[in-house]
Amino acid sequence: MTRLVLSVLLRLAKAVGVVLAIVLLNFVLIRLAPGDPASVMAGQAGAADEQFMAQLRAQFGLDKPLPAQAWSYVSGVLQGDLGFSYRQGMPVSELILDRLPATLLLTGTAFAIALIGGVLMGMVAGLNAGRALDFIVSVVSLLFYATPLFWVGLMSILLFSVYLDWLPAFGMTQVGARFTGWEYVVDVARHLVLPATTLGLFYMAVYARMTRASILEVRDMDYVRTARAMGLPRRRMVRSHILRNALLPIITLAGIQAGQLVGGAILTETVFGWPGIGRLAFDALLQRDYQVLLGVFFVTSIMVVVFNMITDLLYRLVDPRIGAAA
Amino acid sequence: MNPTLRRLSRDPKALIGFTILLVATLSAIFAPMLFPRDPWAMATRPFLPPFEDPEFWLGTDMLGRDIFAGLAYRARMSLIVGLASTVAAVVIGIVIGALAGYFGGWIDDVLMRVTEFFQTIPTFVFALLMVAILSPSMLSIIIAICIVSWPPVARLVRSEVASLRNRDFVRAATVLGESHGRIIVAQILPNTLSPVIAMASLMVASAILTEAAISFLGLGDPNRMSWGYMIGASRTVIRQAWWMSFFPGLVILLVVLALNLLGEALNDAFNPRLARRGRR
Repeated sequence: MTRLVLSVLLRLAKAVGVVLAIVLLNFVLIRLAPGDPASVMAGQAGAADEQFMAQLRAQFGLDKPLPAQAWSYVSGVLQGDLGFSYRQGMPVSELILDRLPATLLLTGTAFAIALIGGVLMGMVAGLNAGRALDFIVSVVSLLFYATPLFWVGLMSILLFSVYLDWLPAFGMTQVGARFTGWEYVVDVARHLVLPATTLGLFYMAVYARMTRASILEVRDMDYVRTARAMGLPRRRMVRSHILRNALLPIITLAGIQAGQLVGGAILTETVFGWPGIGRLAFDALLQRDYQVLLGVFFVTSIMVVVFNMITDLLYRLVDPRIGAAA
Repeated sequence: MNPTLRRLSRDPKALIGFTILLVATLSAIFAPMLFPRDPWAMATRPFLPPFEDPEFWLGTDMLGRDIFAGLAYRARMSLIVGLASTVAAVVIGIVIGALAGYFGGWIDDVLMRVTEFFQTIPTFVFALLMVAILSPSMLSIIIAICIVSWPPVARLVRSEVASLRNRDFVRAATVLGESHGRIIVAQILPNTLSPVIAMASLMVASAILTEAAISFLGLGDPNRMSWGYMIGASRTVIRQAWWMSFFPGLVILLVVLALNLLGEALNDAFNPRLARRGRR
């Protein structure tokens, strides 16, 4: 048990290190931006007047030496201060917190779709390796893998929303309607279908490939051969010998990939007008609102770190061998 | 003929991939001869639907520019960015991976922590941020894609180098007094090349996808349009004019598909035993 605690603490320490490095990277990026950091912070919000810039410089300590600046930036971010968006007239942290739930809903749903669909596809392909079914699944997953995500989104709007008129294409709720309770949930769910599926397709292909490869690896192991030689029914062998072991590594790999879903969310939210931090990032990109962009980068990085930690812990719980080895 | 090349030439995946890429590359190179008209200039009436006028087979965009010609000209940006960023990323990955795998110890620790860090951060968000901050241009897009795509190469090269490091031929070279640099470059690296080449093909594919996504969001090089830009620019009129975003997307899909097929075929050709196992 103490070993488990120790490994968890080690993992935590590593995560803290990563977060610190991200904050420092953010600081370097501000410095890389063209022009005076004060003008970067002000954005192009008509903030060119000298007095305001001087005030900004003093406020952010830009007249102090570099290490002192870095220190005040890092300690500020660690206290939850992600700067101020002069474009939106709001603290960046508030802007992001406002939009975060929508993004979490979208990416969470997309992740579930991708994982369930991908593992099922990979199972079908892996257990039928070399047969027609394997070929079909491989072609489909290759197509998902090679199609630009934003294009899938646009085409699915054309098909399901413009031509077939089955699903809404824009936003998170119907404009003007004030649903409550169950009706509200149904409305959001209907708006969620297209963006979540679009975002999930690419990762579905990734998980399908991983699952297939993992199954191929496991099914040639000695214990599977033994089980087969003992005359175990195929169904039981697949379930308790092949799948159980083949799916273990998928957890870790899925965790690493899941963080990247957030990047895809920028594209999906832009295409579908989903009111999350991806959409926020897109607007910030158009306005060159660097403070907001850096904030989004920081928050999404934290999401990745947290997610990796959760999957890591999950893996330890599912596979006791890892805890013992650490 | 070299057995790897022979296996490759018999693989339908490699042939399909190679053919598509050849067509894309040739049309990028010979675009000025195929479509002498300036691709930026208005050619005929705007919003011309496809398959109506044989001279403008894929229709025209909001400004009356020929979409077919645009696809050919804009192949350059997409292909150049894909290739250049991958070459740069492969070089960085090989250097870091070789140093980490060969020397081990604290050098390995430090380099791998850095690599892990770059794999942890959300790559697409980071690439966007880099392009926005360096101001959009072909070079900044190449740099951004390169910075987010080297880590897998470094990890691959590191593990290959680490396993080759204690082989007899490397020890022999050490005993003969060859320098570290010479051993790495002349003895070890040539033996790690085949998986790196296969990986590079997949990296060009994802670089093209990333470039398309960056341009789609309006951060493309303002002087060089790409396929992604064409989709992004016509997004607002998609209900009236589906063809403006449909064809560029289809071209991206085909090229990325081709690179993936080629990458898989290369992998199979370099590891014939593994490939056969998978197919059984």
